[in-house]
Amino acid sequence: MKGSVIKYERDNIDTDVILPGPYLKIHDYAELATHAMEGIDKDFHKKVKPGDFIVTGRNFGCGSSREHAPIALSYSGVKAVLAISFARIFYRNAVDGAFLLPIEIEENTYKDISEGDQLEIDTSKNEIRNITKSKTYNMRPFPELIGKIIAAGGLFNYKP
Amino acid sequence: MNITEKILARASGKTRVSPDDVVFANVDKVMMHDVSGPGVIAVFEKLKKTGMKIEKLWAPEKVWVAEDHFVPAADKVSAQNVVLLTQFTKQYGIGKHFKYGMGQYGICHTLSHEEAMVLPGEVYVGGDSHTNTTGALGAFAAGLGHTDVAYVLLNGKIWFKIPETLYFKLNGKLPDYVMAKDLILKIIGDIGTDGAAYKTMQFGGSGISEMSVEERLTLTNMTTEAGAKSGIIEPDQKIRDYLVQRGATNYNEVHGDADSQYSKVYEYDAAELDPIVAKPFSPENVAVVRDLSSISLDKAYIGSCTGAKLEDLRAAAKILKGRTVKIRTEILPAAISIFKKAMDEGLVKIFMDAGAMVGPPTCGACCGAHMGVLAKDEVCISTTNRNFPGRMGHVESKTYLASPLVAAASAITGKITDPRDIK
Repeated sequence: MKGSVIKYERDNIDTDVILPGPYLKIHDYAELATHAMEGIDKDFHKKVKPGDFIVTGRNFGCGSSREHAPIALSYSGVKAVLAISFARIFYRNAVDGAFLLPIEIEENTYKDISEGDQLEIDTSKNEIRNITKSKTYNMRPFPELIGKIIAAGGLFNYKP
Repeated sequence: MNITEKILARASGKTRVSPDDVVFANVDKVMMHDVSGPGVIAVFEKLKKTGMKIEKLWAPEKVWVAEDHFVPAADKVSAQNVVLLTQFTKQYGIGKHFKYGMGQYGICHTLSHEEAMVLPGEVYVGGDSHTNTTGALGAFAAGLGHTDVAYVLLNGKIWFKIPETLYFKLNGKLPDYVMAKDLILKIIGDIGTDGAAYKTMQFGGSGISEMSVEERLTLTNMTTEAGAKSGIIEPDQKIRDYLVQRGATNYNEVHGDADSQYSKVYEYDAAELDPIVAKPFSPENVAVVRDLSSISLDKAYIGSCTGAKLEDLRAAAKILKGRTVKIRTEILPAAISIFKKAMDEGLVKIFMDAGAMVGPPTCGACCGAHMGVLAKDEVCISTTNRNFPGRMGHVESKTYLASPLVAAASAITGKITDPRDIK
């Protein structure tokens, strides 16, 4: 999985920012995508490209249970969010709905990756290669069940 | 095992569970509303396109539905969502659908306790992050997204990692003019918005025993703002009495063992607590009310599952009685049953005599959806639960989170005001 980085250097990016409340009545996924990250970055939907990664700090996705948040990012083309940590409902929504990969990274990795860097992520080796900077970082391995749900393509395809 | 571990062990058919174990737990009750419901319907449609046949739900009598976020219908799309939801509940024979304009309705979390939709010892999941609220009744209550709710509707179970439990012990009764909202804001200020991430927050101690059921619900409601998976309080006689009044007597209480383990214990002395607010733009950004008395406001909002229960309205009325509001003040009881009791007790008259507007139950402006959202640069004091950028309207509006006493005192003066300073 290869893509370039959109970086938000902040912690606690909440779901009201990822997909503001007034759009919760919308269930057209493509339309939701046009409002992704509107709370902090009005130009996000213009600059994001299919396959991009978001890199950010602690507690990404805190706040509401709205699945609209990972849906809006996924339908914008975002394949993975790399964060120091995730809020729990965002994390399970991303995995169970197979919208994007929530990848936990070390603080040093977060600091080292820059906006626009090209990354290649290999979840089988738990490796993130920074092609732009010629460096390799570790990602935190997925817990066993999470890895199985991701491999199955979402909770409905997973057989316990 | 502690109460949360015992509930989840029982629900997953295990004799013992420990933090970090992963279980598939059988669910006793599941809730969805006019935002998560249409989301679930969209998941069903997607599944049908893959060839899956969905003829019936796992247990329609265990499912209940609320209309709360965009009602009374804010616009055509919201109206259509309510129609979709109604068709869905009819098609699958869902047990209970609280419809606005047809007797009892209100915010889902308020109905969960007002209508005793959830009982002690149960595993309860809902398509809303503040599902944690209902843990005050002694249930395991956690919020989920649409896909997970859809999965529960078809399979009756869902995976959980057994959470660690943080135990918050309140020593002594809260002083006059200090409410549960002040305590939970203090706690969130201390541990941060990810201080309980993936964990359970359990409350206990003499101060919790002294506390009313509705006040306890304020604590568990805002565990979500500390990132918690759930909030819980062991059921006691107050809970039993509360449920009897609502016709519920048949349930199996669960209590933690004498050797219950907690990953950390925090202690608070009630006598040392003051009225607190959370400043923009995070519930963890707390300050003592008296340190913010120079801040001018445009609006006071007394509403939501967090801050418009009957006792919240009584608290606001205590301050507003015989006084006049200096800023726009909106009061929206969280359920019709509470609205009626507020009328019977004369609270609605007190509010209207003070110049406040009283409106119907809705999540409305709490989530920036409709009915009273904020303009650019407007400053609001609110009994709600979140104050992220844009939460209650324009991204450059500002919300201070407070107790109903503080919100009402501030409505009188137009500035952030400690209720003890109202003469």
